[in-house]
Amino acid sequence: MAMLEILQLPDPRLKEVAEEVTRFDEELKAFIADLEETRQAGPAAVGIAAPQVGRSQRIVILDCSKTKKPVENHGHLILVNPEIIEWDGFELGREGCLSVPDYTGNVIRAERIKVRSQDPQGENHEFEMVGFEARALQHEVDHLDGILFIDRLVSRRTDLFQRKVYQKGSKKRDA
Amino acid sequence: MNWQMLTLVGEDQPGIVARVTDALYRGGCTLGETSMIRLGGNFTIMMMVDGGQSEQALASMIAPVADQLQLKFHLDPMHGGLHRHRVPNYQVRVNGADRAGIVAKVTGALAECGFNILELASDVVGDSAKPVYIMTIQGYAEAEIERLEAALKPLAAEEIDVHVSAIETLIG
Ligand SMILES: [Zn+2]
Repeated sequence: MAMLEILQLPDPRLKEVAEEVTRFDEELKAFIADLEETRQAGPAAVGIAAPQVGRSQRIVILDCSKTKKPVENHGHLILVNPEIIEWDGFELGREGCLSVPDYTGNVIRAERIKVRSQDPQGENHEFEMVGFEARALQHEVDHLDGILFIDRLVSRRTDLFQRKVYQKGSKKRDA
Repeated sequence: MNWQMLTLVGEDQPGIVARVTDALYRGGCTLGETSMIRLGGNFTIMMMVDGGQSEQALASMIAPVADQLQLKFHLDPMHGGLHRHRVPNYQVRVNGADRAGIVAKVTGALAECGFNILELASDVVGDSAKPVYIMTIQGYAEAEIERLEAALKPLAAEEIDVHVSAIETLIG
């Protein structure tokens, strides 16, 4: 096991779209172990994505089981080639990122999602996630697509007009 | 760093930020954290500025632009600096019929709980016959949420709708 270096803004590798994983071998498992060690070493991160350590592959670790205030969660998850296949609702929440130190900001995310992904053995799984865990997964999948939460920041005034934002958003979804 | 707090206020018009920051850039200044927002048709700027110059040098750099744009400005040397962010753990939303004292009552109740306001934005919306006050506050407190709720509860009797929620900041 080894600690990996976390890439930080403005490293251009954070903006790349990651490749699909096709080989489910021992090397993949060893990398996942290193990625987990790296996640745990930092400041209480609930998730980490492979591109954050410079590996441009669609791999995410998520663990929302240890939040200060308990939230609905699926425990410790290793998600290979995760894909969000359904979205519903909108929610404003505060995010920070291991790759963007010393900054937090508000981002709008889908409230509920359905995710299809593979495990390190290549088996298929589906998860339905809500609230905080859904938010965390969307943050990590963004990393796989070269998007950081600062690319999705909303103005502080958005808070005041949140209801309007919700209505517009849900109409768009319904259409 | 030797930060100065620069405050500028004046009637809003396009180009204020561009002209002010251009003058600072040409004068060799660095900008730190800033807050800029339109309030009641005015544009307001609070900006951390450092160029290693004296207050007078900085003032003479800004004065011509401020004159042209009819902005009032003010400079204060400040203590403190960058990288002192505090992450809020509570959000408070308030709305109700606009009335005197609404901000004082809400923030007074929060202050009694040791609540530190990090950011507050408020607005008066609706129409002038029936104005509605909306406010959001983000802040930090050691106190449990039940204590904050209890402190704010008496306001419900005054038809002020106050809602506190914990902010769990996601790091990922
Ligand atoms: Zn991140």
